[in-house]
Amino acid sequence: MKSNKYMRALFRDYGMVFVLLALCGLVSIATIADHHPSDVAAGRQLANQLSSQAGTEINVLIVAREVPSTDEAFALALKEQLQSNGANVLGVELGDPRSVRARLEDLGRQKIRVDYIATHNFSSNWGVLHTDKLKALGTTFPTLKKVRKVRPKSHRWPIFLTASNLRKVLDQNAPTAIVAIGMTLVIITAGIDLSVGSMVALASVITAITIRDLFGGASASGMDVTLAYGLTMLVCAGVGMLVGVFVTVFKVPPFVVTLGLMMVARGAAYFIADEASAIPLSSVAGNKLLYDSNLLGIQNQIPIMILLFVMAHVLMNHTAYGRYVYAVGGNVTSARLSGVPVVFVVISVYTICSLLSGFAGILETSHHQAGLMSAGNLLELKAIAAVVVGGTSLMGGEGKIFGTFIGVLILGVIENGLNTAGAHLGLEGVQKMGLEQVIYGALILVAVLIDQLKKKVVKPAAN
Amino acid sequence: MAEDATSEHPHHLLEMTGLSKSFPGVRALDQVNLTLHAGEVLALLGENGAGKSTLIKILGGVYAPDAGKICIDGETVDLTSPTGAQQAGIGIIFQEFNLVPALSARENIFLGQESSSLSWINKGQEHAKARELFDRIGVQVDPEALCQDLTVAQQQVVEIAKALALNARIVVMDEPTAALTPQEVEGLYEIVDELRRLNIGVIYISHRLDEIDRLADRIMILRDGRHIGTRDPESLSRNEMIEMMVGRSLENEFPREERSVGESRFVVENLCRGSRVKDISFTVAKGEILGVAGLVGAGRTEMARLLFGADRRTGGTITLDGRELSIRSPRQAIAEGICLLTEDRKGQGLVLGHTVQENFALPNLRHFMYGPFISKSRETAAFKSYIDQIQIKITGGEQIAETLSGGNQQKVVLAKWLQRNADVIIFDEPTRGIDVGAKYEIYLLMNELSRQGKAIIMISSELTEILGMSDRILVIREGSAAGCLVNRGISQEDLMKLATGADAGRKTVMQG
Repeated sequence: MKSNKYMRALFRDYGMVFVLLALCGLVSIATIADHHPSDVAAGRQLANQLSSQAGTEINVLIVAREVPSTDEAFALALKEQLQSNGANVLGVELGDPRSVRARLEDLGRQKIRVDYIATHNFSSNWGVLHTDKLKALGTTFPTLKKVRKVRPKSHRWPIFLTASNLRKVLDQNAPTAIVAIGMTLVIITAGIDLSVGSMVALASVITAITIRDLFGGASASGMDVTLAYGLTMLVCAGVGMLVGVFVTVFKVPPFVVTLGLMMVARGAAYFIADEASAIPLSSVAGNKLLYDSNLLGIQNQIPIMILLFVMAHVLMNHTAYGRYVYAVGGNVTSARLSGVPVVFVVISVYTICSLLSGFAGILETSHHQAGLMSAGNLLELKAIAAVVVGGTSLMGGEGKIFGTFIGVLILGVIENGLNTAGAHLGLEGVQKMGLEQVIYGALILVAVLIDQLKKKVVKPAAN
Repeated sequence: MAEDATSEHPHHLLEMTGLSKSFPGVRALDQVNLTLHAGEVLALLGENGAGKSTLIKILGGVYAPDAGKICIDGETVDLTSPTGAQQAGIGIIFQEFNLVPALSARENIFLGQESSSLSWINKGQEHAKARELFDRIGVQVDPEALCQDLTVAQQQVVEIAKALALNARIVVMDEPTAALTPQEVEGLYEIVDELRRLNIGVIYISHRLDEIDRLADRIMILRDGRHIGTRDPESLSRNEMIEMMVGRSLENEFPREERSVGESRFVVENLCRGSRVKDISFTVAKGEILGVAGLVGAGRTEMARLLFGADRRTGGTITLDGRELSIRSPRQAIAEGICLLTEDRKGQGLVLGHTVQENFALPNLRHFMYGPFISKSRETAAFKSYIDQIQIKITGGEQIAETLSGGNQQKVVLAKWLQRNADVIIFDEPTRGIDVGAKYEIYLLMNELSRQGKAIIMISSELTEILGMSDRILVIREGSAAGCLVNRGISQEDLMKLATGADAGRKTVMQG
């Protein structure tokens, strides 16, 4: 009985976690592919492997492409490890097949014995390093007769489950996720905000315009950029408050208010921008900083997003304000008669939602180094989808911030999965987009269905 | 009243034997037997949660019983769906009517009886049939009036006509008088008498014992899902009735205490709001219970809402302990020490989808703060003390408010305001839809609050309750104070006359 109750609670509150895990499993299986490591770790490993196989009395030539960050680091690590293992490194050839061939011929002419060519997967496929080509070289130059090439071991692993890809999922969805936090609050009060996507665009344009025209243009300092961000947030807060006033004081349904604002804000973004495509900010260093500085070694917006989720979770679960938001959505009359400041609560959730949209717009501006009037296109639908998939009821009164995070990830994993597995499955661009929409839509329907079903299951028969 | 019908018929009209039904964690019905004769009124009594609703829903084909047999005219029937129950001749008038507001009375009566979705509706024929049905019931309702325009009593008549149109021989009424005015209740009694004359078996559920005395031919009592007994009303005193229902004896239906009332605390002068509330003045003293009587719609609830700031008053002053209050919202009223227990618990008193503890905590969150955060443990501790103190029957603070019985819901509302420790407590229909045992506990709580020196205002449509609990009684008629009586030697008739204005000349004992 008791464990049954917990299972039910688990299913009710965190059922979507299982969906997410299942989805990750599915995408992982669909994206299994050969991996050819060629990083620092692979270099060290290859050196150790070579040393343990062939001992220390070997002459090794290291070959890689002339790519500064990746190949060079690989080659350097390989070289250092071989040397510290006691092997003799003849040299590091960073170049192309032609230069490698020249280097080998050079070594042959000098009658220097070459035992191994250590390289990575990409260079090992160069024609010059083909076995028959090496054999031919060996007949010309005796010291090259026994040369063999080695490379790091390849293995099969899902492309989806690589650190860089997972980071990409988080990075690409951070703006949506941040907007979805505000959307969750609004939907818990039984409202809706259709204007978020347009507000992202408006914020992006306002940020770019103010930096360009008010805060010094190309020479804008970090302080100037911060001021521009602040101004944008201020405008967004004002707009959000206005929505709240329409909803509470004038009693206009939120659907209608935000539908109107959705058009007004998008239109205003184009109107203010007065540009064909975007307002470039590529020369403003301060603006790049927010997205690019990567303080924790990953894109800044990932930890910012996580921080915002934690803050929202605490707000909704551990403060009086959070209780008030739930109460307003659960039964507005009862909340009012219990002394909940209903008008304040409703205005504040729309303000928060608008602020977070504005912040997402600023992040986009920093990321793309431009004010984009097309930013946040259809974002409102994606944010609402994430909230609903995350288990928040459109009827208001219930929902979890954590659920929204899961909802965003589910949508993100589907998108990423279709991108990474799409090639395997032979999907063309338009097909992929279509399939993505079909899956999103189906997922929302399933989520709403689950919401209805669990209400039936969880609610015991009233006597 | 009616003779025993068994002698005329070889079988009972309805016989239910060994009926059992369980829900997860609850045994709602346990081996219950019920017999109903044609042309008799069987009163079904029991506290909330005793199993009455389950019994009715089985009869209505909503639930399937786990065990037991249902026979109509001696033949076993299988009530697997609401339609099946209708065809078996069972008509159920639920508390919440099943009427489409935008359709006329006639359309509602015949809704679902069309032979097919495409069948032609003969309006003239239906109209005549509806008239005939209303004639049979003895009440005239315009068959073409939209249901949304009808009064609650008229809608009820439409429901009854609908049952009769389906040739119902068994009519079940679930608390039919809960939303009716006293005059309308009288009308309903006549309808029930009429049904009896039409040889229809009526199962009548009510918490109001007066009605049982007036109507019942036999009384069947359920407690905790078990059949406690079926008696003749003549052989059953009111106290016995209550004892059987509650399972213990209550010394008195109304535990009113003699008390000396202190100086006046809460003074209301010239309270106005448009034409709904006109110039009402009264005082409530320390430890006093002021009963507020009046017809439904007379402006009692409207007055309470003005005191609580739920609606804006257009005039008048409100003074508590000598200080004039400026109340413009419930939030301010609560801060000033006034609380209101609304008549509509489900719609206004509770957030039904949330847990009872969250409901309890909502106006009291500042008591449970730990810095900027809510301390769940403090909240739980405070709520626990009330669970014991006022005996709320729940599985725990995490139970969803919607799943509680009416009495327990009211106790949760009470707990939330008790924690608030308000000075003025306004009860609007505090015991509506609540069973006898819980009613009694709520009265005891009122006494306790009175001992603490609170000023208590109790609005009620049950005159027995008003007379049983109040120190003074304010009667409201058409938005104005018709009089304020000291509750000594007053009868229900006195109050009714004042409430209806039938005796405008009578001298009333005014109290400042």
